[in-house]
Amino acid sequence: MKLITHNMLTSKCMKGVTVGYPLKIQAVDVKTSEVEFNPEFISRLIPKVDWNVLCGAAESIGHLDDLPKELVENYESDVEFLKKAHRVLLEIDIVNGELICPETGRKFPINNGIPNMLLNEDEV
Amino acid sequence: MNSSWRRYLLYFAQEHVDFRFAEVQSLLSLFKITMRILEKPEDLQPYWIVEFQKEEDAKLLASRSLSIRYCLELWGHAGGLDDLHRELKCIPTSFFENHLQLSKTFKIAVQSFCKHLAQTDKINIIQTFSYLPFKGTVNLNNPDTHLLYLEYYGIDSNDPPSEPYCVFFGRIVAAGFRQLIRELSLKTRKFIGNTSMDPQLSLLMANQAQVKLGDLVLDPFVGSGSLLVAAAYFGGYVVGSDIDYLMLHGKSRPSRIKQKKRDENESIKANMEQYCLQDKYIDVMVNDFATSFWRDDIRFDSIITDPPYGIREATEKVGIHKENYSISEKHLSTHIPAKVQYEFSELYQDLLAFSAKHLRIGGRLVCWFPIFREDYSEEGLPTHQCVKLVSNSEQVLSKYTSRRLLTFEKICEPQEENSNGANTIADFRNKYYKARDESRRERRLKEANIREQNLLEALQRQTPLKD
Repeated sequence: MKLITHNMLTSKCMKGVTVGYPLKIQAVDVKTSEVEFNPEFISRLIPKVDWNVLCGAAESIGHLDDLPKELVENYESDVEFLKKAHRVLLEIDIVNGELICPETGRKFPINNGIPNMLLNEDEV
Repeated sequence: MNSSWRRYLLYFAQEHVDFRFAEVQSLLSLFKITMRILEKPEDLQPYWIVEFQKEEDAKLLASRSLSIRYCLELWGHAGGLDDLHRELKCIPTSFFENHLQLSKTFKIAVQSFCKHLAQTDKINIIQTFSYLPFKGTVNLNNPDTHLLYLEYYGIDSNDPPSEPYCVFFGRIVAAGFRQLIRELSLKTRKFIGNTSMDPQLSLLMANQAQVKLGDLVLDPFVGSGSLLVAAAYFGGYVVGSDIDYLMLHGKSRPSRIKQKKRDENESIKANMEQYCLQDKYIDVMVNDFATSFWRDDIRFDSIITDPPYGIREATEKVGIHKENYSISEKHLSTHIPAKVQYEFSELYQDLLAFSAKHLRIGGRLVCWFPIFREDYSEEGLPTHQCVKLVSNSEQVLSKYTSRRLLTFEKICEPQEENSNGANTIADFRNKYYKARDESRRERRLKEANIREQNLLEALQRQTPLKD
């Protein structure tokens, strides 16, 4: 699971959960792999991203590196910044671990890079 | 700038004819190309005579079309070969001089629609073009100027007329993108499931969705990810979700008849790697569509999906009919969630509401809708105030059933009080099994009757022998 996906997920649909965001990450196995850099896509993606959550998630799995904690102005034209964002959003892959609902502590396992967000029948 | 209109012939593949117009429309609007249709084409006719302002427009359109076989710059169009020659001789040579000059190699091909021409006939036809001022040499493999003479014998291949209805001659400007169908063939794909979409229809869906480089594309019923392959091929960054854990992890029963068990690394990701599209793969996750985990403000550029019809893939969601049910602590770690029937009309309502919320304005939802043909009416389709139906093409599946490819475009953000219109078409699954049950019973009765008849006849044959 990539951090962009983590950034887009909440557990709000669960019974009794009001915000459910951001999910905590318990990473067991993290892999980084090179992904082709497409500045246009990253520029289009950034407005969808909750930047603080992205930084927090990267930090919690020890991959923040040199990612600026604040979104810079005019990032569309700042290739260096886009590259850093690209690395954190798309190149870090959580292969095994857990996502944890911040309110209920419900754990969602991640196996082979695929998060299992299936609820049980008494939770829907 | 040369902005004069020129005549072109779009020569289509005679497959999925009902998707043709929708595909061309989608691509024209995607590339912001204007095209004028000169003659209103008849329904099944495999060619359109059109006009473009620039040759680049024609090339761009063909470069992504699955319906178009060739796009010709039309030099001549007549009722027969002799008339065509007369017409060509009247054209000022300046019109085609450029393409026939000394430095350009050339080739003339002859094709016919709905009738077979012998090779000798084709050569004879090619000879009749000898008056054209060719200066270059022939190159059959890779010509600079590729000319095509096309004879049209109607659409009934069982009874073609002796002479063609009309003939065309022109220069091939571009070929369609049909070689991609073979390139992405399911036969050679690493990971497939029982309901993987064939590449031609997947690519048509991606075209309907107007997927372009850098788009964020979602398939919420992803299965083996065949639609994501097509979307990624056109530059979309793809995300998928599915309720089927075993499918996403490549652990379900293999779909190929000779395969006893799935390979170690069969997955959607492996398919992406097979086609060198891994950079476009974001993630897939196990998720019940009825309980969405997406953040409220996430917007996708397009949603393309083939929801389960309840026939070969079950329409299910997590749930239980018992009241106040809870799972005991000791069973929790290995518990597999129970599922209940997810009525197709409810699923579709949810899909439209989800798209109304999670598409950007102008973004498209492209999805299949199975129907019984006798029940179908366009008014019966599901609706939502925030999405507009832009096209609707039919793929016939059997005498009674078909599925329709629906393309919706988001026109506004949903408000709280938005109401949905549920579909009023009979539920596909219920009717499917009802109709099938009957015919199955009938078939069994008929077979039993035949067996009885045979037995009686056999007995009668045996009796005389005994005497």
